[in-house]
Amino acid sequence: MGINVSTENMEKVFERTEGLKKVKTHYCPGCGHGVVHRLTMETVMELGIQDKTIGIAPVGCSVFAYYYMNVDMQQAAHGRACAVATGIKRMLPNHYVFTYQGDGDLAAIGTAETIHACSRGENITIIFINNAIYGMTGGQMAPTTIEGQKTSTSPEGRDYSMDGMPINMSEIVALLPGTVYVERLAVNNPGRVRKTKKAIMKAFKAQELKKGTSFIEVVSNCNTNWKMTPVEANKWIDDVLLKQYPLGVFKDETGIK
Amino acid sequence: MSDYQLMKGNYALAEAAIRANCEGYFAYPITPQSEVGEYMSIHMRKKGRVFLQAESEVAAINMLYGAAGAGFKVMTSSSSPGISLMTEGISYIAGAELPCVIVNVNRGGPGLGTIQPSQGDYFQATKGGGHGDYRLIVLAPSSVQEIADLTYLAFDLAWKYRNPSMILMDGALGQMMEKVKFNPYTEPERDISWATRGKTPDRDTNFITSLWIKPEEMEQVNLRLQAKYREIEENEVRYDAYNIEDAELILVAYGLSARIATKSMQLLRKKGYKVGLIKPITLWPYPYKILSELASNDRVKGFFVTELNSGQMVEDVKLGVNGKKEVGFYGRMGGMIYSPEEIVENILPFCEKIGIKGD
Repeated sequence: MGINVSTENMEKVFERTEGLKKVKTHYCPGCGHGVVHRLTMETVMELGIQDKTIGIAPVGCSVFAYYYMNVDMQQAAHGRACAVATGIKRMLPNHYVFTYQGDGDLAAIGTAETIHACSRGENITIIFINNAIYGMTGGQMAPTTIEGQKTSTSPEGRDYSMDGMPINMSEIVALLPGTVYVERLAVNNPGRVRKTKKAIMKAFKAQELKKGTSFIEVVSNCNTNWKMTPVEANKWIDDVLLKQYPLGVFKDETGIK
Repeated sequence: MSDYQLMKGNYALAEAAIRANCEGYFAYPITPQSEVGEYMSIHMRKKGRVFLQAESEVAAINMLYGAAGAGFKVMTSSSSPGISLMTEGISYIAGAELPCVIVNVNRGGPGLGTIQPSQGDYFQATKGGGHGDYRLIVLAPSSVQEIADLTYLAFDLAWKYRNPSMILMDGALGQMMEKVKFNPYTEPERDISWATRGKTPDRDTNFITSLWIKPEEMEQVNLRLQAKYREIEENEVRYDAYNIEDAELILVAYGLSARIATKSMQLLRKKGYKVGLIKPITLWPYPYKILSELASNDRVKGFFVTELNSGQMVEDVKLGVNGKKEVGFYGRMGGMIYSPEEIVENILPFCEKIGIKGD
């Protein structure tokens, strides 16, 4: 027997953003991609720039971002999102261009494109999802995998002496004069989700100023390949991952409050 | 005042691209085509267009992908090792069906090779190079005038078929100075309804991708691409034919080789040998049909191919001739160029073998 609830006098506090298409996503339950997709597209819709926004879909789990995000998008080859974004933005300097990239894409095969786009101060927004593992290819070691973290290619745990050490991208790109705004955030609790939304909004607004590159790193989870429940994964971010990847603003020269 | 000017091949190429309304140029310097980028750096920004020197060829081709995907007329240029770095991106561009012009001022290889003229990239240009079932429209100029004319054509064909086109020439053509006249350029109508310029309320989102994860979808995309390639083969084959009316021997050569072969043909004609020349202008689609027709002609006894490589286009000539007549070959590599006399010296034994006599 169902419970009858009248919605007549209720205030609507949450609804589907028109920035996302009405389709089911393929992401694993508990994955952070859905949250960051939503935040990004809420931002686009709130700024009223759907007709002037072009996104770059990456490789990896979010390769199909263009099936979900309700804006024009281009899929880029492994690591090349920042170069593709550069090509678009140079031709359409008054449009809003963002890349959406994972850690393998941005911090391994695409390091050169990332560094040089930031170095040129390309007036784009880079959204970097760091979950410290390769998701789509089945849980292999990423450049951001931390010491002792077990992956399918570091089955005994990442050994720094053999496998090298993680790359902290936000700290690196903040050093480049071409970046105007660099912040690392997380989406493992509601407060941080709200903060991430504000950061993405600032990063898009920064494109109006044409002062440089915005780099938003979002520490996210991959509960499937971490072999954890979503709750365990979100807790592991707090207990372990954020020690390697401290949250915070590394650079903000936007002047945007 | 004459409409002609004396100009280096690489500059003529850049000037023709500008006249063909190239809106964006993204590239990375490499000999022997760096003058293309230098010329573009002077003139593109002055005209309010985009010039950007990328951090690598890999980045350059992906910038081109982005800019082409946004519906702009764009070009990159490079030379052999740089084109190898671009092949991943070229495959993506072909897969996503984006129009753009890619220039390969070929140098000798493999590897870092030499900066001297070579035609060693014929296979790479015409048979794929990158991964997957794709084709580039490949144009091969043999003079500075043809460089200018074929640059216009490269843009027009790329846009007509939403397919990358390549201008394949060698270091000597890029570096040589000749007279050139820039013909007036007429901008064809351009459909950019597919481009990523921002979703408007009247349409669904546009997305540029070469990813089709379901095999049924991927097969359909491939079938559509192949149908397009057959259409290009049907409509866009171009070649020049010289002295084929009475020829018993047909020389086949393109680009710089065709210039040398022309002289060889004249030398052989002076000796009384009835020699003609087929100069393919489109290396893909390839002019198989004329070769097949000539091979079926009883008067023609054989074909002789000269290339600045170990024998790459000769395979296409053999496909056209289809075993009906003898096919000979002479080539040099590594940046070495043959003289017309050297070609003649190598053709004479072939003539004797197939029973062609001079005076």
